Amino acid sequence: MTTNHKRSAILIPIISVLLGIIAGAIIMLVSGYNPITGYSALFRGAFGDAYAIGETIRRTTPYILSGLAVAFAFRASLFNIGAEGQVIVGWLTAVWIGISVDAPMIIHLPLAILGAAIAGAIWGFIPGLLKAKLGVHEVIVTIMMNYIALFSTNEIIRNVLTDHKTTTESIKDSASMSSEWLSSMTYYSRLHYGILLALFVAVIIWFIIERTTLGFEIKAVGFNPHASRYAGMNVSKNIILAMVISGALGGLAGAMEGLGTYGNISVMSGFSNIGFDGIAVALLGANTPLGVILAALLFGSLKEGANEMPTGAGVPTELVDIIIALIIFFVASSYIIRWALLRYQGRKAK
Amino acid sequence: MEYVIEMLNITKEFPGIVANDNITLQLKKGEIHALLGENGAGKSTLMNVLFGLYQPEKGHIRIRGQEVEITNPNIANDLGIGMVHQHFMLVEPFTVTQNIILGKEPKTKTGRIDIKRAEKEIRELSDRYGLKVDPTAKIRDISVGMQQRVEILKTLYRGAEVLIFDEPTAVLTPQEINELMDIMRSLVKEGKSIILITHKLKEILQVADRCTIIRRGKGIGTVNVSETTESELASLMVGREVNFKVDKQPAKPKQTVLKINNLHVRDKRKVDMVKGLDLEVRAGEIVGIAGVDGNGQSELIEAITGLTRVQSGQILLNDQDITNKSPRKITESGLGHIPQDRHKFGLVLDYSVGENMVLQTYYKEPFSKRGILNLKEIYRYAKKMISAYDVRTPDAYTKARSLSGGNQQKAIIGREVDRSPDLLIAAQPTRGLDVGAIEFIHKKLVEERDKGRAVLLISFELDEILDVSDRIAVMFDGKVVADVKPEETNEQELGLLMAGSELQKAGEGK
Repeated sequence: MTTNHKRSAILIPIISVLLGIIAGAIIMLVSGYNPITGYSALFRGAFGDAYAIGETIRRTTPYILSGLAVAFAFRASLFNIGAEGQVIVGWLTAVWIGISVDAPMIIHLPLAILGAAIAGAIWGFIPGLLKAKLGVHEVIVTIMMNYIALFSTNEIIRNVLTDHKTTTESIKDSASMSSEWLSSMTYYSRLHYGILLALFVAVIIWFIIERTTLGFEIKAVGFNPHASRYAGMNVSKNIILAMVISGALGGLAGAMEGLGTYGNISVMSGFSNIGFDGIAVALLGANTPLGVILAALLFGSLKEGANEMPTGAGVPTELVDIIIALIIFFVASSYIIRWALLRYQGRKAK
Repeated sequence: MEYVIEMLNITKEFPGIVANDNITLQLKKGEIHALLGENGAGKSTLMNVLFGLYQPEKGHIRIRGQEVEITNPNIANDLGIGMVHQHFMLVEPFTVTQNIILGKEPKTKTGRIDIKRAEKEIRELSDRYGLKVDPTAKIRDISVGMQQRVEILKTLYRGAEVLIFDEPTAVLTPQEINELMDIMRSLVKEGKSIILITHKLKEILQVADRCTIIRRGKGIGTVNVSETTESELASLMVGREVNFKVDKQPAKPKQTVLKINNLHVRDKRKVDMVKGLDLEVRAGEIVGIAGVDGNGQSELIEAITGLTRVQSGQILLNDQDITNKSPRKITESGLGHIPQDRHKFGLVLDYSVGENMVLQTYYKEPFSKRGILNLKEIYRYAKKMISAYDVRTPDAYTKARSLSGGNQQKAIIGREVDRSPDLLIAAQPTRGLDVGAIEFIHKKLVEERDKGRAVLLISFELDEILDVSDRIAVMFDGKVVADVKPEETNEQELGLLMAGSELQKAGEGK
């Protein structure tokens, strides 16, 4: 029974992705594009050469962390829509420390990363506290926290970090995660050390969830808060802690952009979507760290490959967004796929 | 005599198991026919086949001699089969009438619901069968027993000729049970037929005409109730001799373990539920708390275990003040708690059996060290517990959700008892379980007592209270109103005490 369960946990995301791709092909056909050229351009754009691969991994990096952020909260039955805001404050804090502190790399870089994590953690702590103590639903609070993050960050960029400019200066080299070695290996893509950090964090999160008393408590609270209280666990503490860790992961995702890819932060007209996409990544990855890594890679390659579609096949990038949306749609409606799978297996059993 | 319903040689398979294996059930017109079996024996499956929720692989169904195919519940309804569910399907803020007509509303010419006509019809039905239901009352304002009658009315209103009662007495007080028995008798007198699903032998002997027994999916046979005995029924159901009397020596109470002084507790709606309760439980005795549900028992347990705040008063465990301490503090002071609602409190259903076994001890060595779990040790311990407490599960990694109720309860009892608590609180430990599991649980409680532990038993089953307890504290309106010895009292007296009569008056009624 458990093996069956595990198998469908793997099968459902794969079927969802395939259905999304098929639906995307149909849309391309209907709109008068050749889906085969379209998809081969997409593939080329994501994996066609070393540069493309480097850029794909670079894009994947923050998705791993924002996906982990959402997935971790999900394990406590909390829906952290605020990953987006946590990414933004993490990004801002990382750049801020990167610009303003003078220190050798061995202190400066960890400090900037830690700062981003703490900023995200604070952004997660507030909804966690409100949920635990007053029962305010975390979805509402985190949505609002996203706007607070977006607009205060823009304000700080304009009036604190710069003098009415839209982009900050670049961070000092001692705070940068960019890597000559990784970059030159991939024809000077923007690939940076962040991917190693992201993978390392994924392992840590797996360990916390599966092997520690903290993970045991957080999952128990997520599954059944009443039984957890009965068993002597502090439900409020665990809710807050889950949101704090989730927020810290979101903040780290922001640091990837601030210290790795861009080295600065610009005024944003809208959300970065790294946090929001993290929701889809977590869903697709079934809230497990390994699943999140694979789902993040899929998202990274789709987004990166999309750049090649207009030039390589004349397909507008919007179509890639449609395909991604369709994949999420099919994942979210995994109930239907599960039902179909059960029926199919039932018939075979007969 | 003609049969209203005949289920002949029904076989229903699920992947991996045969839930019903060649079962035959024939219901005569105007009889009360009991369907007896342990939990998981296949009673519900059989009834779901009759209700059209499952299609049988083999066998057929005849209604009044006509062969029928019941492919969905609407067909069952049209054939005059009605079900009184164990868990009521009622809309709380609606009135009795609104609930009964729901989905089958009578309309006036202009298309509005004709509530007046419905009320009149329901009142007539209620009078005819002696149900005494007020059609205009709101569901949330009436007692559980009354709600059940609304369910009965619902099936009658829809023209049911055959009523299926699914474990109807599980939620009722002794007095309500007697009233229900009368109602069932008046229903059959009016020509209805009844299938009574139960695993309570006393009720079958009291009210049923015939009884069909199933054991592990197989039909064992049908007996005339007048020609059988309780122990014969029990051994037919379980497949072996069952010991009804709880085997125990007189208690040898020692020092006081639990002492409660003038306790006041409020429920979630801020209503006083425990109002100045005093109670003492000593080592080596089982104190049973008898009372009708809703007289403060739940709040009392939650207060002792730290799940609810105490307004005033004092709770001492081994002379240590545990009033308003955290559940973990209290557990560590020597409390074991078999909770009333095992799904809500007792288990994390999505956790494995092994994980549930260490639900309160996971943070201690050897199960973890410096915050890191030792899974090997956890599952080694779980395997030991599974065999020690006879928890039937494929393995320790199986989710608690997929275990049967009895095995879930055995897992909880094992976990709570194995910590060697000085005080063991067992709240309705046998609710919904069959005689085999009940026997096991009662034996464990007595064993714990004999090891010198204090046991506090809360139950709505008077049989259980009388059989297992060494001392009975009757709870009424938030207070202990009487302290009696089981050998010096009986069900009638307890029933009256539970309803608030004074001890002396109750004594006169004996």
